Amino acid sequence: MAFSVNHPFLYALSAVVVLFVAAQSVFFLVKAARQARRLGISAATVRKTALSSALFSVAPAVSILVGVITLSQFLGLPFPWLRLSVLGAVTYELPAASIAASAMETTVTRTVTDPETFTAIAWVMTVGILSGLLLVILALRPIQSGMLAISGRDRRWGDILSDSLFLGMISAFVGLLFADVRKGLPGFIPIAVALVSALLMALCGLAIKKFRWGWLEQYAMPLCMLGAMALSIPLTALMR
Amino acid sequence: MKKKERPAVNLSAYERSVHLQGRIWDSMALILMLAVPAAVCVYFDAWPPLGAVLKALLGVAPMYWTVGIIEVLTFVPMLGTGGSYLAFVTGSLTSLKVPAALNAMQAAHVRAGTEEGDVISTIAIAASSLITTLIIALGVFLLGYLQPVLESPVLRPAFDNILPAMFGALGVAFIAKSPKIAMAPLVCMVALFLAVPGLAKSVSVLVPLGALIAIGAARVLYKKGLLDEKPAGKGEGA
Repeated sequence: MAFSVNHPFLYALSAVVVLFVAAQSVFFLVKAARQARRLGISAATVRKTALSSALFSVAPAVSILVGVITLSQFLGLPFPWLRLSVLGAVTYELPAASIAASAMETTVTRTVTDPETFTAIAWVMTVGILSGLLLVILALRPIQSGMLAISGRDRRWGDILSDSLFLGMISAFVGLLFADVRKGLPGFIPIAVALVSALLMALCGLAIKKFRWGWLEQYAMPLCMLGAMALSIPLTALMR
Repeated sequence: MKKKERPAVNLSAYERSVHLQGRIWDSMALILMLAVPAAVCVYFDAWPPLGAVLKALLGVAPMYWTVGIIEVLTFVPMLGTGGSYLAFVTGSLTSLKVPAALNAMQAAHVRAGTEEGDVISTIAIAASSLITTLIIALGVFLLGYLQPVLESPVLRPAFDNILPAMFGALGVAFIAKSPKIAMAPLVCMVALFLAVPGLAKSVSVLVPLGALIAIGAARVLYKKGLLDEKPAGKGEGA
């Protein structure tokens, strides 16, 4: 069988996995929505949560698509489509592909034409990132029990612990904004964009309180994010 | 004296069914993911040398398997049961699924670690996964039309700044609610990235470090009675 990185068989395989993962998402969405009703969470809250999360995901999804395009130069379209629709991320897939290609004594500077190189890359990209999924399958329940033990029997401390986890993650990404400041003014662009986003969020918070715009609460985050992304275009032009 | 409660060690019927169905779905997803390279090998009769694959895995797995394990330990308490089973299949955790879940829980006034938080997080992650899957699939099949737009230099800054735009808004919302806890990890992380800019490539490894600093600082503040105000979320269903 003549190999091509864009062979219809690869599209078919990728489509099967992507459809499976979409079905899993629908299954959990329906299950959680039903449970939300049992818990007394209003249908409007469920609907707004789903819509707001979808809106929130548009820009990052487009960014992932850009990653698919990047990888497609070497690996064709179907395999990057699969990898970035499931566990993968461009930051992982590209180094993994490069290391696998290097082990096959080649490089991923142009489209892979050798099927053995392609399958070596495919195995490494797939297996190299499975630990999280494996751990969740094998040990999610004991891990959650362990977390409960760490938070102890003090409910208040448990709440603080959960806030601390959120803030630890947010701090890491806020710190990341400062990584390029040594590059001069352009290095401050991420900080400026984050400040614009924070300012928009503060304005939304003010509008929610002052004008009682409850509807805005669910959509504030995606709107601020998209607004800051849009404003990053003139900001970048000014600061470069 | 602070009120102490026995944690709910007994899982609800919903949680038990999520664990069972989550394991089944995730196991099937795992098998399917592994079946893809196997099927390609069989179909094209192209089996790579085992030595080369193992050699490459030795270069990749120690780092990424460790990151995967750390991600589970860090994100599971935030995502809840259903959200974890889904997010660890659909991926893009730090850049998409975790922020989406945090945003949804905050907007719905529910706390992580409660059943309400669990269902809201699951709904957010499922909706996020579906829209992401749809956009990528549409993009793949309409690439000819979309590629010039997506690679346009005019739009480039917007895509380069997704994380600052996301964490600016998310940061102000969460930091404003718990500024005392936020102070120590923020100062440490900013100092760390200023001192070692090269760490930008390993930000996901630094998330648990930020969390540990935040937990340590929070514990000290809590023991000194400096965190007596009501926590960030309300803890009740919306």
